[in-house]
Parts: sequence; structure tokens; C-alpha cells
Amino acid sequence: MGNFLRVVVFSLITIVLFAGYSGWGIPQIKPAPPPKEEKLDLGAMTMDRFIALGEKIYKGKGTCTLCHNELGRAPMLDNAAATAAERLADPGYQGTAETVEEFLYESMVDPTAYVVAGFGKKGTNDTVSPMTDVSAGSTRLSEAEISALIAYLQDLAGAEVTVEIPTGVAEDDGEEDGEEGEARAPLESAEEVIEEFACGICHVIAGEEGELGPDLSKIGADRDRDFLRRSILDPNAELTEGFEEDMMPPDYGEQMYAKELEMLLDYMAGLKEGE
Amino acid sequence: MRDRLAKTGWLALALVLAVLVLGGGIEAVAAESAAETVAEAEAPPLYAPAPRLSVADYPTIAGVNSRVVVWLVAQLHLWFAAFVLAVPIFVFIIEAIGMKTRDKRFDDMAYEFIKVSITAYSLTAISGGLLVFSLLIFYPHLFLYLSTIFKETMFYYAILFFAESAFLYIYYYGWHWLQGGFRKWVHLTLGLLLNAVGTLLMFLANAWLTFMMSPAGVDAAGVFGGDTMVSIHNYLWNPFNLHRFIANIAYGGSIVGAYAAFRFLSATARDQKAHYDWMGYNANFIAISALLPLPFAGYYLSAEFYAYSQQMGITLMGGIFAWMFIIQAVLIGALFLSANYYLWCGMGRSDGAVRYNKYIKYIAVVIVASFLVWFTPHTLVLTNEELKALGGPYHKYIGPLGIMPAKNTAVNLMILFTFVSFVIYRRCNKVATVSWVKAGNAFLVALFATGIINLFILGIYHGYFTNTVYKVASSWPQVVTTLIIIVVTVVVDNLMYKGAREVAPLQWGRVPARSQYALFLLAVAFTWLMGLMGYVRSGIRQHWHVVDIMRDNSTEAFTPTIRYATNVVSVGTVIFMALVIFVFWLSQVGGRKTVPAGYWKE
Repeated sequence: MGNFLRVVVFSLITIVLFAGYSGWGIPQIKPAPPPKEEKLDLGAMTMDRFIALGEKIYKGKGTCTLCHNELGRAPMLDNAAATAAERLADPGYQGTAETVEEFLYESMVDPTAYVVAGFGKKGTNDTVSPMTDVSAGSTRLSEAEISALIAYLQDLAGAEVTVEIPTGVAEDDGEEDGEEGEARAPLESAEEVIEEFACGICHVIAGEEGELGPDLSKIGADRDRDFLRRSILDPNAELTEGFEEDMMPPDYGEQMYAKELEMLLDYMAGLKEGE
Repeated sequence: MRDRLAKTGWLALALVLAVLVLGGGIEAVAAESAAETVAEAEAPPLYAPAPRLSVADYPTIAGVNSRVVVWLVAQLHLWFAAFVLAVPIFVFIIEAIGMKTRDKRFDDMAYEFIKVSITAYSLTAISGGLLVFSLLIFYPHLFLYLSTIFKETMFYYAILFFAESAFLYIYYYGWHWLQGGFRKWVHLTLGLLLNAVGTLLMFLANAWLTFMMSPAGVDAAGVFGGDTMVSIHNYLWNPFNLHRFIANIAYGGSIVGAYAAFRFLSATARDQKAHYDWMGYNANFIAISALLPLPFAGYYLSAEFYAYSQQMGITLMGGIFAWMFIIQAVLIGALFLSANYYLWCGMGRSDGAVRYNKYIKYIAVVIVASFLVWFTPHTLVLTNEELKALGGPYHKYIGPLGIMPAKNTAVNLMILFTFVSFVIYRRCNKVATVSWVKAGNAFLVALFATGIINLFILGIYHGYFTNTVYKVASSWPQVVTTLIIIVVTVVVDNLMYKGAREVAPLQWGRVPARSQYALFLLAVAFTWLMGLMGYVRSGIRQHWHVVDIMRDNSTEAFTPTIRYATNVVSVGTVIFMALVIFVFWLSQVGGRKTVPAGYWKE
């Protein structure tokens, strides 16, 4: 029995050491939750907001920066729109696009149409791209989201933005939590409200750094709850200097539940020291 | 007697035919369905797309976390399955060695190994049944979707399990009956068939899980094209088959090593101690022999992840899962250190080992240093404050040790010096008598020196001073260098020590008790590591049941934190080790006898 106990204790101590090292010796990172399909209100979209949406997709849901970064896994895209014409004329180009916009679209849904030298799939002599179709698979961007990305890439390269904002009212691929027309579940925290309503596209808030609207990182130090409530429910009532009218959707009062609005106001009122 | 032999022969033949027919059946069904697919190309699709689920589609039981239940049960099944599939592989080899050498000790050891796996076999079946029930209860739509595609393989899997059981039971219960001459050959053939069926079972199960990672034979909506073979032979199937096959052997070796250690510690008689010491040594030898090529198989598997999907590869090695590889490095370091420690302790079995004791400290330094290099992380996931404090994601001095060329060099050195420990151990009780001893040793020293210099040139020069293509490509010549050194050394050493004079015979049983805990550490670390990497393998699917095809919309679709995941792995390891120790205890109880004086009527 002595040996039996010794072996059991030894095994347990070993397991506890492994668990302890992994649980407390390694930095604990909370992984991002599974991505949600966002409903885009294209009717209230200006081109600036559309480009900003493209940037948000570029850095977030589209997972573009996972590979298109300085580590050299994939070509940088700062100049993608500017070099498109040159690539269209390249003998190695195998696609059917004729314009820059079509080329950028094609490079996202059929990346093998043109492979930048040195970035092809291993063993294919740069004839096959390792990139997947962004409209399918785990990325699964909608047509409107791809258009927003193209607008962003054109803007990023300083080229003319030729994309037209899609005219559809909303997009939903059916993966939302509920059926169409069914009320959504209330959000649980101010952070979720900020994420759901994409405040960070235009504002500096909750780690996002949008530049189209006022910086909200210390808004609680300058403005009280009543002002903030009015600004959300009626954005054009009192504009911050340097920002234009009609930039912010006027219907958040209809989209947000009362509890969500109060959570958001509490959160913003508490932003006094900067984030 | 002849009749009985004939009956057994017919039974064996029938089983062989059954396996062949069933094996051919899979191909036939696949070919048939492929032909049907062509013929009915114009017909409306026969299969539905992968279901799109909502939270309501996942049944729940109050107070039960469905994902954790399925996770634990699947892992337990995998541990037992790995064990019971691996043991017959080396039992077969040991039995064959016994037949070749006519040394009955090998036959006895092989029998004892298979005896341990018999109890574990029923636990494998029980956990497998639990897994199916858990999936049916908690993930019915996923199970239905997978069984639509793999219905034939699932059916034949169940049938093959009968064949596996039949071979195992005949192999085990017929061990003492099928002895000597032709009978022994029949017995060995049964062992071969047992392994063939077992391996086929594993390959089939691997097809299901790799389909979930790299689906094939379905369109973007998940509509099955009708060709099961395409779905089986998906992109990651073979890399997994190879990796699991090797890992199972290492794992099986470590568990029977723990069994031998347990029996050694419990034994009181000298001959028993000697027997279990010898058994533990052989089990450790098997585990380490399979462990040495395992990093290469793992490297191949990871490369295939990248080749299949760059995004999946980056999720595996560049995000939260990157930390798992740091933990893995610690665990593998523990495995190597405990394996070496066991060998060093084992040198106490022979008085001739004193000649080599002085080298051990140098080997230890190299292995620990290599372990530290391997352990050094590359890109750290840091907060902004930490990034500012560090001046970037890489540390100024130890950052260069974080990249793959440094790690490849370190792991090759670790493998080489573990091999040196083994060579020294093998030599400790002998003196070579061939005339070319000095020249042979000089050649081996030169071989190691040249090889190690080559490893450094490949690792440092190509790793740090050339472009990315060479950095990656240099890992293969490093592997080849290590393998050449090992193979050439084995050949030269065997020739040199052929007919060697035994100066101080190995005294089996003369090892300190602490050496046996090294065997236990090996088994626990292997178990925990398998659980961890099993989670990583499954976790990189993220919020997908079947990657890009069928989304996981349950409330448990999130990627857990490292602490959460490792706690589940630890709980699983505790349950598994408890069951394994119970199995060990049972094997001891089986040999005990009590004479109940006066209890029975005379």
C-alpha cells in the first residue's frame, strides 16, 4: 500500500505542477469570442464611413493583417490599388479583371489569378496563392464587406475610390442568433454595445481608434450624462467643433435597448483619465 | 489435437477473409458511389448541405457542461486506444525477437505486456461507447452530418472492432497453447493480423477527425459529393496517421514502463525485482526509440497545416496556441530529462559503468542548455505596456533563440546527446575486443564532431545570415545529419562490440527506487502532453465543427483560456492515471491467492 500511495502522490504532484505552470506561469489571454455576422446599415452609410468600415474589416473580421504584415508572410497592401494596373498588364496575370476595382475584387475571391513573386504556395513556382477565398470559408465576407475593403485599399493607396456603396438596406447571411424579424438578445455590457454598434469605427473608444468622430477616450471628464444621452439620440443637436453634420446615424435610439443605452452612458461618463 | 488446430486454422482464415472482404468492401462501396456520382451528375443532389445550427439545436442537461464532457470522454478514449493499439505492435516485435533468439524471457515479457493491455481494452471500448452516446446527446446534428458522409466506414469500424477483439483474445488466451514450431508461427501471424486490424481502425477514426479539420469530398455548403474515399483521404489524413502511429508506440512504451516500475517498487523478491527492472528498461527503450523521431513527424504535421491553410497554420503557431508550444517544450524537456536520468541511474547495474560516469555531467549540461533554447518563446503575446518595456515583441538578447533555426539545432542536439547516453549505457558492462577499437572510437568522435559542427552551420549560418527560404530549408539537412549520425553509430558500435568481453555483468534489479519514478514521470508527462496537444489539434478549428463548412453555434464555441484548457487536461489525466493505476493493481491482485482454511467442505 505504501508504494501504491507514493506512486499516486507522485503522479498527482506531477500533474499539479504541469497545471500550475500552465495556469499561472503562462500569461493568460482571453481569446476573442467567435466572430458575429454584423448587420450593415448601408442606407445611412457615407463614403468615409464605408472606407472606415473597410479598415475595420481589414484589421478585424477579414483577418487580412494576419498575413499582410511586416513579418513578410504575404505582400503588404499599402500600395495594392496603385500597382493594380501594372499587375493587370503582367504576363503572369491569369484573371479576367479589367479595372483596378475588379482586380482588387478578384484578388480577394480568386487570389491565384495573380500571385506576387515569392509569395506563392510552396512548390508551385508562384502559380498558386496560399490565400483563401475571403467570400467563403471561415472569413466569409459578404459582397458589401468586400466592397468596403476595396474602398479602403483604394483610399489607402491614395487612388481614386471607384467603389459604389451597395444599395441594399441590410445584409444578413442567416447566421445571426435569431430568425429575421426576431428581437435580438440584449447585450450584457457597455463593451458589447460599443462593439455591436461599431462606435470604434469613428471614435477613439474601448481600444478602437476611429478618427471620423470626436475622441471619446476622456469624454466623461468634459461632458455629463445628459449631454452624452442627447448626442447619441440626436447626434446633430450639438456638434463638436471640427466635425460635420449627418456623420453619425440618427437612429441609435431605436436600435438600442434602454438598458443598453444606460450601460453605455455609465461607461462613457466614467471615461475621465483616458484609456 | 489436430482437429482443434484445424478448427483454429479455419477460424483464423475466416477472420482474415472477413477483414479482406470488409477492407475491399470499403473500396468497392467507394468506387460504386464514385461511379454513381458520375452517372447521376445531372440528377438533383442526394445529400443536404451541412446544417446551420442555432443555440437551440444543442441539447443540454442541467448542471452538465456538454463540451467538457465530450472533451474528457474523447480524450480518455484516445488515451486508452493509443495504449491498446500500441502495445500489440511492440508485443509482436518482442515475440519475434524471442522466436529469433530463443530467449524465453522475451516471450514472457511480451505476454505480460499484452496482459496489461487486456484490461485496458475493455476500458477503451467503454470510453468509446460513452463518446458515441455523448455525441448523440449533446451534438446530434454534427454526428448525423458526419455519419451521413462516413456511414460505411462507421459501420465497418464497428464490424472491425469485433475482428480486433477476436484476434486479441485468441492472441492472448492462446499464448501458452500456441507454443513451439508451427504453432508459434500461427501465433505470431495472429499478432500481425491483430496489428493490421488495429491500425486500420485507427486510420478510419483519423479520417473522421481530419475531415473536420480539412474537409474533402464536400462543396462549400457542405453537400457531400458521394465519394467517401475522397473524404477519407483528406489533406491531413496521412500526416495524422504517421504522427499518431509513432506517438502511440512512444505512449504505449511509457505506460508499460510505468507498469513495470509499479511492479518493481512492489516486488520484494530479488528475481521479481530483476524481472521488472529488465521489463522497465525495455519499455523505456521502446518509448524513447519512438520519441526520437516524433519531433520530425510533428514538424511534418505542422508544415502540412500551413500547406493546407496558412490561416490555420498561423492560428496554430502564432496566436494563443503558440503558448501551448511553450508548454509542450517544457513537457518534452521533462520527457528527455527523465529518460536520460533513467539511463544514468541504470548505469548502476554494472560496475563497468564507472568508466563513463565522468561524461554524464557534460551530457546533462548540453541537454539542459538545449532544453532552455527550445523553451525560449519567439513572438510574445504582450500587452502594450509590456511591449513598451521590452522595446518590441522580441527580447534583445534571448530573442534570437526564439526562432526556429535555434530550436531545430537545440532539438537535434537534445536527441543526439540522449542517444549518447544510450550508447554509453550499452557499453558500460563490456570491453570491445576487435583490433580496430581505437580507430572505431576515433571515427565515432569525428562523426559526432563533424555532425554537430554541421548542425551549428546549418542552424546559425543558414538560420541567421541567409534569406527565409534557406532558414526553413536548412531544417531538413539538420534532421538528415542527426539520423546519419545515429544510424552510422549503431552500425559501427554493433560491429565494434560484436563478441565483446563482458567485464561487469548487468545486475538487473540493482537500481535505486528513484529511477522508477523517472518512468512514472515519463508516463504522466506523456499523458498530459497528449491531452494538451489533442486540445490544440481540436482547438484550431476554433468556432467550427467542420472547418469552413459547419459552424459551431453552441454557447461553448469559444476558445478557452490556457488555464481553462489545461485544467480540463489535468482532470482528464488524473482520471486516466487513476484508471491505469487501478489496472496495474488488478494485474497484481490476479496473481494473489488466499487459502481459506476451514471455509470449504473437505
